[in-house]
Amino acid sequence: MAAKTLTIDGHLVSARPGETLLAAIREAGITIPTLCHLDGLSDVGACRLCLVEIEGQRRLQPACMTMVSEGMVVHTNTPRLQAYRRQIIELLFAERNHVCAVCVASGNCELQRLAGMVGMDHVRYEYLSPDCPVDISHARFGIDHNRCVLCTRCVRACDEIEGVHTWDVAGRGVDARVITDMNQPWGTSTTCTSCGKCLLACPTGAIFPRGVTVGERPHASERIALIVDARKQRW
Amino acid sequence: MSRLRIATIWLGGCSGCHMSLLDLDEWLIELAARADLVYSPIADAKRFPPNVDLTLIEGAIANDEHLELAQTARRHSKIIVSFGDCAVTGNVTALRNPLGTAQSVLQQVYIEHGDPGGVIPRDPGIVPVLLDKVVPVHQVIPVDYYLPGCPPSAPRIRALLEALIEGREPATDIRYG
Repeated sequence: MAAKTLTIDGHLVSARPGETLLAAIREAGITIPTLCHLDGLSDVGACRLCLVEIEGQRRLQPACMTMVSEGMVVHTNTPRLQAYRRQIIELLFAERNHVCAVCVASGNCELQRLAGMVGMDHVRYEYLSPDCPVDISHARFGIDHNRCVLCTRCVRACDEIEGVHTWDVAGRGVDARVITDMNQPWGTSTTCTSCGKCLLACPTGAIFPRGVTVGERPHASERIALIVDARKQRW
Repeated sequence: MSRLRIATIWLGGCSGCHMSLLDLDEWLIELAARADLVYSPIADAKRFPPNVDLTLIEGAIANDEHLELAQTARRHSKIIVSFGDCAVTGNVTALRNPLGTAQSVLQQVYIEHGDPGGVIPRDPGIVPVLLDKVVPVHQVIPVDYYLPGCPPSAPRIRALLEALIEGREPATDIRYG
């Protein structure tokens, strides 16, 4: 199949057919913010951070869910996109209780890094301050819903890589929560294999190894892609 | 050049941001050559004075005294900086918000989880009255600049102060935690 030629931020770029716009943008050496995307997992277009402008289309499109096509003209960093990206990050901070100063992931957190990247010097919205539970019933891991951004990377890693689907999402809107099995304490899950892939996938400090304290949870999400690649080589 | 009038105030925070300010070490001597510290927890002034050029606010708005001082500082200051994570986001000071109203928080802290026979402190006019919700400074007064960090490091504080003293726009510097 012939390569597709498209224009990204004024540069002519060639991409493989069937490739996502996000992959083409990255291959062109352009960085755009992402959160729910994780190399090695399927894409869901949930976080809307990778929205781009495509000429001739009125609506903004998530780059991770859009396939490249011939002649596409894409803008990745317009003032409109910058404003929406900052707004998205502010809303994530306002929706739960993200307190970097006391978080296991501080210094290794994608949300914290994104706040800097999109220029969030403060949050313009009222903090919802929900009363969120922390589940440390599992012998090795804990989940702190205060820090969850509902990216569903844990859900997809558990389902697609480990093949178990212990994790899922229950509830709607601001009441949505990631759950284990039938919305029961993680430690009582009969499907969880304690593999820790949810921990690797988590962009914030929501899922953490028990016993770590502030700033001690390393960021290791790239290991999900390593696992996927290693399996391809072996099989 | 007339000397700059600088103030710092300490609201609902741990004073860590002020400790970080003191971490500027010998640069404080250079600062003292160009500016007067007219009101601060580390200066002997009882009332917030008028005609302040620059005020750094550490801490979130957690009680009625914080609210009043922040409003006074705004009235008398040309530039207000939200100084540190508590001022910018509420941070640790706002961790009580999910526990409900001030009364509910006091009940849980002093009665349910306190010593046996504990009582809720109540001394009108002496002990400031908690607000129902801890809020960042910009939710009660307009803020001109934000310096997040818990605490912001001394070099980051210096970069901001140098820019503001020289009348430059400070570089964007965002680092929470």
